[in-house]
Amino acid sequence: MPTSQHASEPSRLPDRRTFIKASVAAVGSLIIDLAIPLGECPALAQTAPPPFAPNAFIRIDRQGVVTLVMPMVEMGQGVYTAMAMLLAEELEVGLDQVRLEHAPPDDGLYANPLLQSQITGNSTTVRGFWTPLRQAGAVARTMLIAAAARRWSVDAATCRAERSEVVHFASARRLGYGELVDAAATIPAPARETVTLKRLEEMSLIGKPIKRLEGPDKVAGRTEFGIDVKLPGMKLAAIAISPVMGGHATSVDEQAALAIAGVRQVVDIGEAVAVVGDHTWAAKKGLKAAAIRWDDGPNANVDMTTIVGQLEEGAKRTGAVATHQGDTDAAFAAAAQRVDAVYQMPFLAHGAMEPMNCTVHYTKDACEIWAGTQAPTRAQNMVAELTGLPKSAVTIHNLYLGGGFGRRLDVDGTLLAVKIARHVSGPVKVVWSREEDIQHDLYRPYYYDRISAGLDADGDPIGWSHRIVGSSVVARYLPPLFKDGLEFDVIDCAAEIPYGCANRHVEYVRVEPPAVQTAFWRGVGLTHNVFVVESFIDELAHAAKRDPFAYRKAHVTHPRALGVLALAAEKAGWGKPLPARWGRGISLQFAFGSYSSTVVELEVAEDGSVKVHRIVCALDCGIVVNPDTLAAQFEGGTLFGLTAALHGSITLKNGRVQQSNFHDYRPLRMSDSPAVETYLVKSVEPPGGVGETSTSAVAPAVTNAIFAATGVRVRTLPIDKALLKSSPPDTKDVRP
Amino acid sequence: MAFTISVNGVSHTMEVDADTPLLWVLRDVLGIPGTKFGCGVALCGACTVHVDGAPVRSCVTPVSTLGTKAVTTIEALGETPIGKALQQAWLELDVVQCGYCQSGQIMSAAALLARTPKPTDDDIDRTMSGNVCRCGTYQRIRAAIHLAAK
Repeated sequence: MPTSQHASEPSRLPDRRTFIKASVAAVGSLIIDLAIPLGECPALAQTAPPPFAPNAFIRIDRQGVVTLVMPMVEMGQGVYTAMAMLLAEELEVGLDQVRLEHAPPDDGLYANPLLQSQITGNSTTVRGFWTPLRQAGAVARTMLIAAAARRWSVDAATCRAERSEVVHFASARRLGYGELVDAAATIPAPARETVTLKRLEEMSLIGKPIKRLEGPDKVAGRTEFGIDVKLPGMKLAAIAISPVMGGHATSVDEQAALAIAGVRQVVDIGEAVAVVGDHTWAAKKGLKAAAIRWDDGPNANVDMTTIVGQLEEGAKRTGAVATHQGDTDAAFAAAAQRVDAVYQMPFLAHGAMEPMNCTVHYTKDACEIWAGTQAPTRAQNMVAELTGLPKSAVTIHNLYLGGGFGRRLDVDGTLLAVKIARHVSGPVKVVWSREEDIQHDLYRPYYYDRISAGLDADGDPIGWSHRIVGSSVVARYLPPLFKDGLEFDVIDCAAEIPYGCANRHVEYVRVEPPAVQTAFWRGVGLTHNVFVVESFIDELAHAAKRDPFAYRKAHVTHPRALGVLALAAEKAGWGKPLPARWGRGISLQFAFGSYSSTVVELEVAEDGSVKVHRIVCALDCGIVVNPDTLAAQFEGGTLFGLTAALHGSITLKNGRVQQSNFHDYRPLRMSDSPAVETYLVKSVEPPGGVGETSTSAVAPAVTNAIFAATGVRVRTLPIDKALLKSSPPDTKDVRP
Repeated sequence: MAFTISVNGVSHTMEVDADTPLLWVLRDVLGIPGTKFGCGVALCGACTVHVDGAPVRSCVTPVSTLGTKAVTTIEALGETPIGKALQQAWLELDVVQCGYCQSGQIMSAAALLARTPKPTDDDIDRTMSGNVCRCGTYQRIRAAIHLAAK
């Protein structure tokens, strides 16, 4: 059974690099000849078997234990299994023969090639590591085979590797990888571009439905998430953050807090107050007893009218041009029909099941941190900046994430924990309540979009104009990527659309909201733009008096888009009659290198409530590494998007977030959740991303189905069921 | 106050306030972390454990209410035939994603099967709708409960 350990393990069990460092320190200069088999030193043989470590992803020790180091983090998306498959496929080891380890923060070794940083996000793990990890495995295999061939004095080409052994069939000889590590370590590693990778038809793991490697631990409650860290002498902290961003505590009853049994300390850092205790309950009671009063600061009067008002004003300005082709003005002037709409999408919290938490041990020379983070190097850099410690003194131990969804790309929780830990002697685990987690989340931005199209006499689009107004997460998170008023994410799936239209203009107006910070979510640009574009194309079909599927089919420009569209429609039984107030809706997108189409079948009750009966997804994401976890991503991502479409909204009043827990920031529950059917198109194209694409595809399919069922066009999310009550025709097709 | 409670067949004595929820006793005082904190107010089911076989939300169960009742957590569930069958079914259908809610899901499912050995979809939906999963594993949970019930 594969086991996993977090990155603190290697510090107890030194790898070769740390051993060398230690030796240098001991003898003053590097005089160790690495060719000397270190294992012959008895003390070392017990504690530090020198591993064969041909690259940062693979270590093999003399006992043949294969350790695969995971550069990206596991938050449910299945990448620990996928990345292990990529390595093991070429390394020729069984997945039952490997142990997995979280990588330490190191952009030099573990950066995602597509993001240039050790960031798990933007659906890039398989896309980014598809080639590098297979090459890493092939490099190691090549060296192990060369070592065996040399031992046997045979041509390496007559040997092959299988299940952690090199085999010479002609002489029926075999050597386990463990027996070859010392010899393999002396062989120069071939350049990764020069090793031969398997052809698709030669692959034994990739493409197979492999069970999650961490599954057995997860079903037994053994997986260590960030929140589960336990250290000797560790204290627990409960926190209250200023209810209004920019406010600070003005009074804290420290004596009352300290009077609670088990409370040890009150830490007031202005923007937040922490009560530190022997256990969480003591800390929570202490926090309540502290009866904190706040000065709300400059954002005390911000509410949704302020925020939406600023967006409406922004929508009157011209923006940075993302796409300009043809002559939209002439096209609109020549159009037989014009369609205009405004779409609005709310702030969204993440609501990962594991509330925000971080454990910190701060001393004057070092800061050691335990957390599940999607951005370990960002955490390390920002903690170093905050504390003035050198980066080398900031250790990040990454752990499993109880959901990420983009929330754990930001390191605000880590920085806050460090600010508190500076005042605490010994390690302290800071755990946010669910209320703090929702009210002090960083939110998927509120977007306000104006979109127009001109149709010719046949109803075909000849002009298209789209103005996106809202926050740029990238401008804050990755400032160098925000240039000339634009960045890639905020216009994703709007600048380019899967439909042909000769005259198109797309622009972006940046408006940052007061009183909240915006952040990545399970897709940002695409969750908002796919909703707008796929709703609007449906509006155009209706204006053209054509079937929404047929209309899309007539205008898609890529055969792979057509493929998924047709497959989804066929599997969903598009066109088959439905009862009154039932409807089907369809959406199509090209996002993160993957094509997908979703059909939703639903029923709208007389009171306006929506019951989704069936969801069909067709997906062409190129080569599939693990079809089962891929289907799981589609099932789960679809429900994540459905939750947001039906219920998701964060609102502000007097600068405060009004929602607080799962009663008013409602997750979908099992009784509301339809089964999601996923159909894959076989493909030999390079892998595309899938972690976020299903989430964006579902909302427009739902609102399009609502239109089919009721004639009401929903242009603002979440869906307001009051608009969907059975009503006379003259109130239908409500436009903002 | 001193309390003695039985968790997974082992007796533990501790000094905590009477209103301390079982969840924090398990996680922080006893160091048994498989039971998860999700919402703190019995809205999400992540903290579900069994008390004398009945499912309870440990985040709202004061330690003082337990007396001599037997607390079972995910760590020991695999020792029961139902728990073992559920864990096997969960693996067979690869239910988990992030896995954080799954301790609570499996504990709720075990209580359901103890009461209703052959549940219908409606039985499952009714019982399991108190357990939130943000990764969206519901359809596999439903299927895995049916599989374990076979």
